[in-house]
Formats: sequence, C-alpha cells, structure tokens
Amino acid sequence: MSVSEHIDRAAPSPGPGARLLEIKALCIEGRSDDRWHQIVKGVGLTLRRGEVLGLIGESGAGKSTIGLAAMGYARPGCRITGGSILFDGIDLLKIDEAKRREIWGTRIAYVAQSAAASFNPAHKLIDQCVEASVGHHFAGEDEAKRTTVDLFRRLRLPDAEHIGYRYPHQVSGGQLQRAMTAMAMACRPDLIIFDEPTTALDVTTQIEVLAAIKDVVRQFHTAAIYISHDLAVVAQMADRVMVLRYGELVEEAPTREMLTNPQQPYTKSLWAVRSLRKEEESGQDKILRVDAVDAAYGVLKVLHGVSIQVPRGRTVAVVGESGSGKSTLARVITGLLPPAAGSIVFDGKPLPRGLKERDKKLLQRIQMIYQMPDTALNPRRRVRDILGRPLEHHLGLTGAARHGRILELLDMIELDERFLERFPSELSGGQKQRICIARALAINPELIICDEVTSALDQLVAEEILKLLLRLQKELGVSYLYITHDLATVKAIADEIVVMHQGRVVQSGSKSQVLTPPHHAYTELLLSSVPEMDPDWLDSLLARRGLAAAT
Amino acid sequence: MSAEPAELSSGTTDVASPRWTPVSAAWRALRQAPPTAWFGLTVITIYLFFAVFAPLIAPYGEAEIVAGAYEPWGGDYLLGTDQLGRDLVSRLIYGARNTIGIAVMTTGLSFTIGGVLGLFAAILGGWSDQLLARAVDILMAIPQLIFALMLLSIFGSSMTNLILIIAVLDSTRVFRLTRAVAMNVVVLDFVEAARLQGEKLGWIMSREVLPNILPPLVAEFGLRFCFVFLTISALSFLGLGIQPPTADWGSMVRENATLINYGDVTPLLPAGAIALLTVAVNFVVDWFLHKTSGLKDER
Repeated sequence: MSVSEHIDRAAPSPGPGARLLEIKALCIEGRSDDRWHQIVKGVGLTLRRGEVLGLIGESGAGKSTIGLAAMGYARPGCRITGGSILFDGIDLLKIDEAKRREIWGTRIAYVAQSAAASFNPAHKLIDQCVEASVGHHFAGEDEAKRTTVDLFRRLRLPDAEHIGYRYPHQVSGGQLQRAMTAMAMACRPDLIIFDEPTTALDVTTQIEVLAAIKDVVRQFHTAAIYISHDLAVVAQMADRVMVLRYGELVEEAPTREMLTNPQQPYTKSLWAVRSLRKEEESGQDKILRVDAVDAAYGVLKVLHGVSIQVPRGRTVAVVGESGSGKSTLARVITGLLPPAAGSIVFDGKPLPRGLKERDKKLLQRIQMIYQMPDTALNPRRRVRDILGRPLEHHLGLTGAARHGRILELLDMIELDERFLERFPSELSGGQKQRICIARALAINPELIICDEVTSALDQLVAEEILKLLLRLQKELGVSYLYITHDLATVKAIADEIVVMHQGRVVQSGSKSQVLTPPHHAYTELLLSSVPEMDPDWLDSLLARRGLAAAT
Repeated sequence: MSAEPAELSSGTTDVASPRWTPVSAAWRALRQAPPTAWFGLTVITIYLFFAVFAPLIAPYGEAEIVAGAYEPWGGDYLLGTDQLGRDLVSRLIYGARNTIGIAVMTTGLSFTIGGVLGLFAAILGGWSDQLLARAVDILMAIPQLIFALMLLSIFGSSMTNLILIIAVLDSTRVFRLTRAVAMNVVVLDFVEAARLQGEKLGWIMSREVLPNILPPLVAEFGLRFCFVFLTISALSFLGLGIQPPTADWGSMVRENATLINYGDVTPLLPAGAIALLTVAVNFVVDWFLHKTSGLKDER
C-alpha cells in the first residue's frame, strides 16, 4: 500500500519530461598546496524527470565533484564559487543548510563508489537503510522496513526477508552495493546520484548490480546521474552522456549518437582505448613452470593443483574474478606463501619454496608490480631513493653510476629528471605506476609478475601503461605473468591465457585458442560479462541468460 | 628598504629550484613555521643553553649554602634563598640541567626500547610478537608507581637506576603504540616489495616502516616527556626520586611549599619552569605533526 503511495509521489504533477535539475555555469574550487584551484569551470547540465545522465571522464575531470554539487554539496576542501543549481525550482545554493538537509535523503540520494566504506560496520543493513525515512519522518519504522524489504526483492537480493538483518561484512560486495541502492531509494527520491557504483566489482558481479539498478530506476521513474569512467557501463545505463575533462564539458549527446559518432578528438581517443591489440607469439623456452601446486592459508585451501607455464619473453595472462586464487598464485611464486604441494621450476632449476631460502641473486630475477601504486611506494621516500635502493642493494651501484642508471630508468618509463626529488604523493596515479615499473626493471629481472597493474587507473592512463609494458618487453625480452580480471587488458597484452576459477585452472592455452569458441563454461561467463559499447548489450544479454536459465 | 622584496623573491626561486638538500629544507621549514613553533623552539633553546652552561651562568654552586634560610628576593640573591639558605636562582639553573637531562634521557631511552621492540613485534609477527606483547601485558598489569617504588627500593635510588626504571616502565606504553601503528603499515605493499627484494629486518624497520609511523610517535613523545616530570616528582615526594642535595624542579616545589602560606610565590617558579617547558615542547610537537601529517591525515 505504502509503496504504491510513494510511486505516485515519484511522478508528481509536472509529469515526466519536466526539468528536474538545472545547473548553470557551475564553478567549483578546490584547495591544495594552500591555494584555491578551479576544478570545475563553468559546467552546465539539465536533467529531466526519469532521465539517466551519464558523466564520463578520467579521474580529476570533476565528475564526482559535479555529482555532489548536484546536491548542493561541496566536499571539505572544496567550495562552490559560481553558478546556480536549480532542483525542481529550488536554488540549492540559496537555501540554508537545514533546508538542504531536508532535501538530501528524501528527494536527492547518493550512492557512493565503495559501499563497504560507506556502510557503518557496527549496524545491521536494514537499520541503516531505514534511517533516512525514519529520520525525516517519511515513514514509521515498521513501514520503512517493509518498504526496504520490498526494495531488496526488487534489487534481486537473495533472501530479501532476512538479508537486512546481517551486518555489512556478512554480505558480498555486489550485495552491499545493491543494499546501498536500496538505502538511496528508501524515500523514493526524485534524483539519485550514482558515483561509480560498480567500479570495485568483478565483471560477473557488476552485471547483477547494473541490471538491478537499471530495473529499479526504470520502475520508479527516477532521474539519475550515473558517474563512471567506464564507457561501456555508462552506455548501458544512460540516456544521455556528457564527457568531461579538466572540469570542462567536452561533448554531450544522446548515448547512441555519442557511441556511433563522437565529435571531439578527446572523446574519440576514449573510444579507441579498448581496441588495443597485440599479435600473439608463442615460445618454447619456458622460464617458469608451475606444476600441480597446492596452497593454503591455514586450513583454508586456496589453490588446487594449479599448473602454468610462462615462455621466455612472452606474456601469460591469468584471468579470473576475485577469490579465484590469482593473487595467491603470485604469492606462491614470489615465495611469500610456500606451497603445500607441487613444484615450481624457474629457468630450469627448482625454485626454493620460501622467501628465506632464496638468495639475493634469485630474488633479483623475479620482480613484482602491484595493483595499487599508492600503497606500493613508500610515501616517505623520494623517487631517487625508491629507484636507487634496488640498484645499490642488488647491483652495488653508488654515486654517479647509480645516478646515471636512475636517469636511464626514468627515461625508459618516459619521465625525466624533474621527478627525482618528488615524493609519491606528488605524482599522479599513472606516474606512480610507472615508478613501480621502473623499480621492478631497475635490476634487470627476467620475470615480472604484474598484479592487476592497470585496474586502479583510468582507461587512457591504463592504455599508456600497457603500451609501456609491451614496449619494454620488446626491448628487454622480459617475461610477464599478468594477473587481471579485465578481459580487454588480456586482449591487449597476452600471448597465452590461463583462466582460473575457485583456485583451479579451468582453461589455458594461447590467446586465440582461449578466446575463440568453444569455451569452457566459466570462460564463456567471463567473456559474456564484459560490457560492450552497445546500449542494448545488457538487456539482450540478460534476455539470453534468462532464456538459457528457463530452458 | 626597496632591496628587501627583491631579496625575498630571489629567496623563493632558490627554494623552488630542483636541488634539494636537508639544510635548505630545514631552513625553509623553519621560515614557514608558525609563531607558536618559534616560541616553543626559542624557549627550548634557552632552557638547553641554561642546562648546558649551568656552572658558568649560576652565581653560586648547586648545593652551596650562602645565607640564612628563606632570604627575601633582591639584593645578592635575586630570588632569595631556600629552606637551607641555598641561592634559588642557582638551584633553578642547575635544576634545568638535572630535570631536563633526566626527562630527555628517560623518554629517549623508553622510546628506543619500546619503539624497537614494537617494530620487531609488528614486522616479525607470530610467536615473537606474542612473546613480547604478553611480557608487556604483565609489566603493565602492575601499577606503575608501585612497581617503580619496589624496583627503586631493591636497586637503590641512584640517578642511573631512576632513569632506567622509569624508562623501562614507560616503554611498555610506547611499545603498545608503536606495535599498533606499525601493524597498519606492515601490511602495505611497499613493505612486501622490500621483503621481496631481500631487504634485511633493520632496513625494513628503519626505512620502510619507521618514517611512516613517526607522527603518532612524536606526539606521544611530547606527552611522555611531560609525564616523566610527573613520575619523577611523585617519586621525589616519596623520597625515592632524585636525592638531595641535587636540585630538581619537582623537589624544589615541595621543599619550599610552606612559603605559599606567607603569600610568597617562590615555590611556583620551578613549577612554572616545568609548565613553560611542557607547553613549549608541545608547541613544537604540534608543528611537526601539522607538517608531517600532510601526507595522510589531513582530511
């Protein structure tokens, strides 16, 4: 009963198609280095009721800042300096804080990127979901709970009746993201802002969340701003797309038009990223052979008889969703986690199981690059010291020889001398990852394990990093074991592919073998879950899967 | 006058130049320091000056009886004399030497012990961590003052014993803090990267982990430093602290306390000296925290 009431409310008198949000010449400044910098430079947008607008851009483009500004909110350290934000006829910048708070949560809601960080771990999901409705006297507690359970059901959460009585750590990431969407929908807002809601999820989970969000938004005829750096995802969700760069609007068009016929060079370059391909080459000389390796954390067995081979000077991509044991495999090879059974042969000689049994010479030959460049570099050390240390430690280089080699390395990763004295915090994400690559390359390793090295980066930056890795492989003949969940990256970089699922290798072979049908069932699922640049892809995929499930 | 702005601007270009040396960085940091930090630094410098050159500055000896008891201010004795007829100015100056000396040594020692063990425990983990942590739990289970009293009565209350005992008892808290904050850093990838490079434990402790946990440790240092005064004063009051005739500010307050009854502020002077030093140290610590936290904790 109450639900239908709210649905009525969601489409009030002006009717669909009326302007809901109108932002004009919005300017926002952010504070850094004790100075105010413009981060949004006069962006304007309009949003009609029931419309979904996609905001695309690399990090630092001002997407999230604009998303929050649509609520009349500026993050600490930011201030709105100009423009107007008209929400349903109310200028959000002119009303006082109390009025704005009234609107937040009931009429405008926000879904953050990391649901795990946004839920309070000490309270049950449902209590957090009803908080806004009860707090704003929108509904009584029992009624709010009923509505929430209904939303849980609509968002296709398993066991909708009871899942709300769990704590955030007791449900998966995808479920948490859906619960957060339920929280945002609780008061049937007119506008929801989704800030990269699926970026942290696996492809297979992403689909479920996307489908659920799309469904609910359509059912309640809610207007939404969908922020993402992933074009293919935005293509599924949005009716209209705006491309942003450096806080300015680059291009705006209906989704279909934007996909088929981008006008601006920047937009075109974004579109081109996914087409990076590498000719596959095979190699007979295996530098690394992992044979029937089992590994466990305590009693929990994570790897079951995993065997892979890496040819010298080639790239083997290990693909799988999180929890498939990819990173554990890397830990086993590096010696951080001694295997429980099986053997690892490196360059014809068996590799000692633990890190302590390996000598310096051997450590030098296997290097690792991490997923998060932020945590892979010591924030208290300068680039000079970060790159200089392995040279000193392994090669005994000092003074001018060391300095010369550091410059050589910086040159290799397309940076220069100016970066020597910088701290990691003074570098962008892509530059940090370049430094990580240089650190790994510093001591001429033969095998580099790359653990999701591009997944924390923007598409354009990621492409640059992949190109760099490919070029370095060509020049130096180094082999890569490339761990990823992103199949576009695999197509770009791999010679051979290993597909892992729940600690087992389900399929392996050359890139063309694995990527051309017939696939193993799991490979098929992974491949079909990668969003495509086609606005109908999600619907048709779900239809196909629904059909397959029915038969 | 007109030359001044030009000089200033040339100074700024100097700062912005890519060459970076510790001296120039320190100088730049000092120039940007807020007034409170300058105040703190000045006070500490003056105190240190008095502490180091006490025998040259003080008009009389530390334990020299120069006149009758409780002489008033003025005349030969600027701040009068104490209950035995010793010059109070001289005692204050020598007091700086003893009090600051003991406090610095004690805090330094407790941070060395607690910090090193805490880092050990955090990085090695496993049974060595368990062993250390449980040993510290046992030490902390006994009330600190009573434990200190007991140890002092066993080993005798010499200056060295005093420093050692307070340092060891204080180091349990430092250990706890160091271990807790280091735990958060040890799990980060760059520490793992260092391990994969085959770096030794000492390197990981001193170069990878320590610089990243310095801010909370320095804050704790400021606090502990002040608590040491308190502990020493408490022990002195109970007769097991610094033994007469050595001058220390804590005991000086007690020895002259009766003067308060006659409206004389003399006993407050050593107390004020402690208070001023405490404030100064914490100003400097605050400034340091503000500077270093820019990397992580600003928001």
